[in-house]
Amino acid sequence: MTNTEEVITKEITLNMGPQHPSTHGVLHLLLDIKGENIIKAYPDIGYLHRGTEKIAENLLYHQFVPYTDRLDYMSAMSNNLAYVQAVEKLLGIEVTERAKYIRVAAAELSRIASHLLCIGAWALDLGAMTVLLYAFREREMVLDLFEMLCGARMTLNYLRVGGARYDIQPAFKEKCLEFVNMLPARINDYEQLLTENRIWLKRNKAVGVISAEDAINLGMSGPIVRGAGVKWDIRKDEPYLVYDRFDFDIPVGENGDCFDRYTVRMEEMRQAAKIVRQALEQLPDGKPCIDMPDVVLPPRRDIETNMEELIHHFKLISHGFKVPKGEAYSAIESPKGELGFYIVSDGSERPFRLKIRAPSFVNLQAINPMCKGAYLADVIAVVSSLDPVFGEADK
Amino acid sequence: MTIDPDSILIKNIKEKFGQSILDTVVFRNEATHLVKKDSLIEICNFLKDDPALQFNFLSDIAGADYFPKKPRFEVVYHLYSIPKKHRLRLKVTIGEDETVPSVTSIWKGADWAERETYDMFGIAFEGHPNLKRIYMPEEWEGFPLRKDYPLKGYKDRYNPLGEEK
Repeated sequence: MTNTEEVITKEITLNMGPQHPSTHGVLHLLLDIKGENIIKAYPDIGYLHRGTEKIAENLLYHQFVPYTDRLDYMSAMSNNLAYVQAVEKLLGIEVTERAKYIRVAAAELSRIASHLLCIGAWALDLGAMTVLLYAFREREMVLDLFEMLCGARMTLNYLRVGGARYDIQPAFKEKCLEFVNMLPARINDYEQLLTENRIWLKRNKAVGVISAEDAINLGMSGPIVRGAGVKWDIRKDEPYLVYDRFDFDIPVGENGDCFDRYTVRMEEMRQAAKIVRQALEQLPDGKPCIDMPDVVLPPRRDIETNMEELIHHFKLISHGFKVPKGEAYSAIESPKGELGFYIVSDGSERPFRLKIRAPSFVNLQAINPMCKGAYLADVIAVVSSLDPVFGEADK
Repeated sequence: MTIDPDSILIKNIKEKFGQSILDTVVFRNEATHLVKKDSLIEICNFLKDDPALQFNFLSDIAGADYFPKKPRFEVVYHLYSIPKKHRLRLKVTIGEDETVPSVTSIWKGADWAERETYDMFGIAFEGHPNLKRIYMPEEWEGFPLRKDYPLKGYKDRYNPLGEEK
């Protein structure tokens, strides 16, 4: 072979996933590449589709709560919250003050758990395994806290229409405060490993850039739109529960690249720890559930000792409760972005139609604009920075 | 912020498109307009560009099947304005063989949401750049979220417990 011969790079289509360790589940990407350059990235999803919305139409309102755990299984608490809030909105009820504080603490803990996994897995994908091990150490502590709170670690099924299943115990409060006081120092440790790490910077800075305008137009929410410099957080802009009583900041990025999304998430964890601390310190006395026997189940102890309560429990479990005719959309700021539930009620015990606005699903649309023209290796960073969870994206 | 009839979400839109707004409902402090299908694009453009409304963010598009009522489908748009912090819901009703104009030219994020609605209900969006199934396999028969589609699915070699067609 002579040196003058021209090398022609042919365009090929590469299948990445659905079985690939860096695709965070079952993402199947069709990549049109020429050499190492991405011409088009086309996500093909649906491998984990379980028909959650169809199932919901055939379940009683309270029976659907465990199914929400399986949407974004990295932050089950947020899903519980978004769903029960939508049902409560339809019912027109407001939970007790104590329940609101418990919910805030629970949702923010799950934000920490979700972001820890995101950062850990992202670092692992880009070759920094230490961070994953560190992040999992802290995530384990959050899961232990959840176990103290409700007995489960992943699929929590903790919040219920009208409040929370169990009250916060003093031991939990103590452990939880210990954890949130320790967390900022641990986050500093990860930052030391990553933020000024040359490899981390090279692989994330100016990679997967999206402008603020494009991000909004594409429907991005959560850390992605904030990384692009849009200061929009539902906790601040449409405060639900008691978020307006706490002091916390909304971090925003400047360039809209992977690195900005990383710094936004890091800062969000610090702010989440701050919120949990405030919520637990200000935790008011009272009951974790509202006094509304036709919606809320009686406490476990009463069921075991009191015949009437047992009958009532049985009746509520088997018949459910009726929800007034109408429709409502309720959105929360989940770790991934705007998580909304749109419920149409026909006045019966089951939702007539339930639509989940899953942030991971919408955010995945950004893969093609973010990857176009980039290198194959950048796709990994982009996917990690979008932090999709397929339980949610595929429903 | 409570929504009353003088709210810009109702007054401004009704003044401009009085003929095309078929119904307006305020329930649980959420405003819903049922609009004529033919003026959907015009209304959406107005909502996005009007300086007082600025609905720059499309949260979601949902379908709903009211079988056996006619027309059977509803397409529901959830809009949000990041600068103005307000929400609005738009609805159009359509029959089984009708199409809805696609809003992808206004909000690019409508792409997958419309594909999902097509996949689940078989509602076609006119002008959509790539209207294909998104969750179900491309050769799938039927539209799972329709009310006349059985919960267990139809019986075939992979689904012995399904219902007979």
